[in-house]
Amino acid sequence: MLLQLKQVSLSFAGNTVLHDVDFGVEPGRIHSLIGPNGAGKTSMFNVITGFYRPQQGEITLDGESIVKRKPHAVTRLGIARTFQNVRLFREMSVLENVMAGQHCRTRSGALAAVLRLPSQRAEERQILETSLECLDFVGLLGHQDRLATNLAYGHQRRVEIARALATQPKLLLLDEPAAGLNSGEKQALIELIRRIRDERGVAVLLIEHDMSLVMNVSERISVLDHGSLITEGDPHTVQNDPKVIEAYLGQDDEELAL
Amino acid sequence: MDRHSPPTRPDTHEPRPRNPLQRLYAAFESPGRRRALHLAIIAILIITPWISSQYTTVILTNALLYVVLCLGLNIVVGYAGLLDLGYAAFFAVGAYTIGILTQQFGVNFWAAIPFALMAAALAGVIIGGPTLRLRSDYLAIVTLGFGEIVRFTARNLEITGGASGLSHIPEPSLFGWHIDSSIDFYYVFVVLAVLAYIASQRLFDSRLGRAWLYVRHDEDAAEAMGINRVATKLAAYVIGAIFGAIGGIFFSVNLGAISPESFSFQQSVLILLAVVLGGMGKIPGVILGAFIVVLGPELLRDFGTLRLLIFAVLLLLIMLFRPSGIWPEKRS
Repeated sequence: MLLQLKQVSLSFAGNTVLHDVDFGVEPGRIHSLIGPNGAGKTSMFNVITGFYRPQQGEITLDGESIVKRKPHAVTRLGIARTFQNVRLFREMSVLENVMAGQHCRTRSGALAAVLRLPSQRAEERQILETSLECLDFVGLLGHQDRLATNLAYGHQRRVEIARALATQPKLLLLDEPAAGLNSGEKQALIELIRRIRDERGVAVLLIEHDMSLVMNVSERISVLDHGSLITEGDPHTVQNDPKVIEAYLGQDDEELAL
Repeated sequence: MDRHSPPTRPDTHEPRPRNPLQRLYAAFESPGRRRALHLAIIAILIITPWISSQYTTVILTNALLYVVLCLGLNIVVGYAGLLDLGYAAFFAVGAYTIGILTQQFGVNFWAAIPFALMAAALAGVIIGGPTLRLRSDYLAIVTLGFGEIVRFTARNLEITGGASGLSHIPEPSLFGWHIDSSIDFYYVFVVLAVLAYIASQRLFDSRLGRAWLYVRHDEDAAEAMGINRVATKLAAYVIGAIFGAIGGIFFSVNLGAISPESFSFQQSVLILLAVVLGGMGKIPGVILGAFIVVLGPELLRDFGTLRLLIFAVLLLLIMLFRPSGIWPEKRS
């Protein structure tokens, strides 16, 4: 297992958000996490990436414990994420946004910058090249000098993915990457997710409400309901699991189209 | 300054610059023209003391000191977005360390500089470490308190000379050049201001400079990108402190005497005023702000007792019409 959660529990002021979650992502997999609204999916992302600290349980990446680490340390170890609501750095260019991802892979400090040491200049070139490559990968080369927040919404989502890829992760967490996209953009997203795995060897863990996308792209699906994992398996198994259908009863139409 | 590539050429969709300042700014977008502008400014700075009175030279020296201080505070406030109302404390730490070491312990001025810088960096860590988790309004109060603590400490310790401060701080020499006349110090501050400008530009074009912006815009997203927000903010404080200390070091030897009142709350406010007035995070704007804050009251001297009132009204008008500072935004 690349990522492993063992009996992870999280609660806020007595409200249980995650309850004894055992969960794993294998290397090179496209894995989806689904569940009704409020099931705890984003909380699980926040626990994995170090934004929330679980009351109990163990989380490891490649066998190394990450449960007590700060978010920036988790990212450095190889987990990158996007946010449910796009969170690009406003008033900064697309390129500058993507360059943020390279921060944890570089080390020049203030003195090296002030003296323009050769090592610092080489590193700046490396940051630039890697960032442009990531932008090219998501198909946004040519947009690098525009203000990130001036791009179309679908493109902003891609910038966020490029920024996450620039951290050179082993595992990429995408929080509802299809939200707000039209059907053409969703199709392109499916291809992008596959290429992230196939060409970069990055495992992808996905939270998504669009079931046709989930069924289309995932190799494995885990279902979360009321903070507990209720089932896990390949798309076909999950689709026909009565527990899953029950969990989704009373949800809106889009999600019933399971 | 040349960068890897001009990273933020204005969008073609965005409106063309309209007001005169924006047009002036746009005229100096190209590296060649900018270099010419830099050379012209340096030439003017070199010639000025030969064609103006000693009084003007002294005032300009003070303006250049403010350029250094404002560029330092700009790193903290403009780039990292941390409100600091006690910046004069770092200025004081630099000045007093030099004063004490050279005047009371007979240490050579140049040998004392590293100690002053270390003392300032330490002060930056002391104020930054415990407070960086605070939100901006609380941070402002704590930094204000810190500034006052430093001033009161200087006032009450024997080694700092108490309320009367330190005097007879020896003037430094450099390779046999005894730096003592007001023109000598003017040139020293020209060099310092130019170095502060270059250092600011280079920092902002670097990995650390971008990290400050990321953290200022969205701490969580920055953390998710692997940026340690506490370390990044602390770096801003320490570097800002070092700029302040450099100003203080040369301020103390220039005047030859320092007292706690040189580092009052009003001093901190004036430096912050220059940064906000010029435009936070915009280096040319901050330099302009420093000159306005120092030269403004001098140019209004003819108005006698009314000059500070008139100056205040002018400042209010500027902030009313240009709330994000005099210098135009690079991009809309």
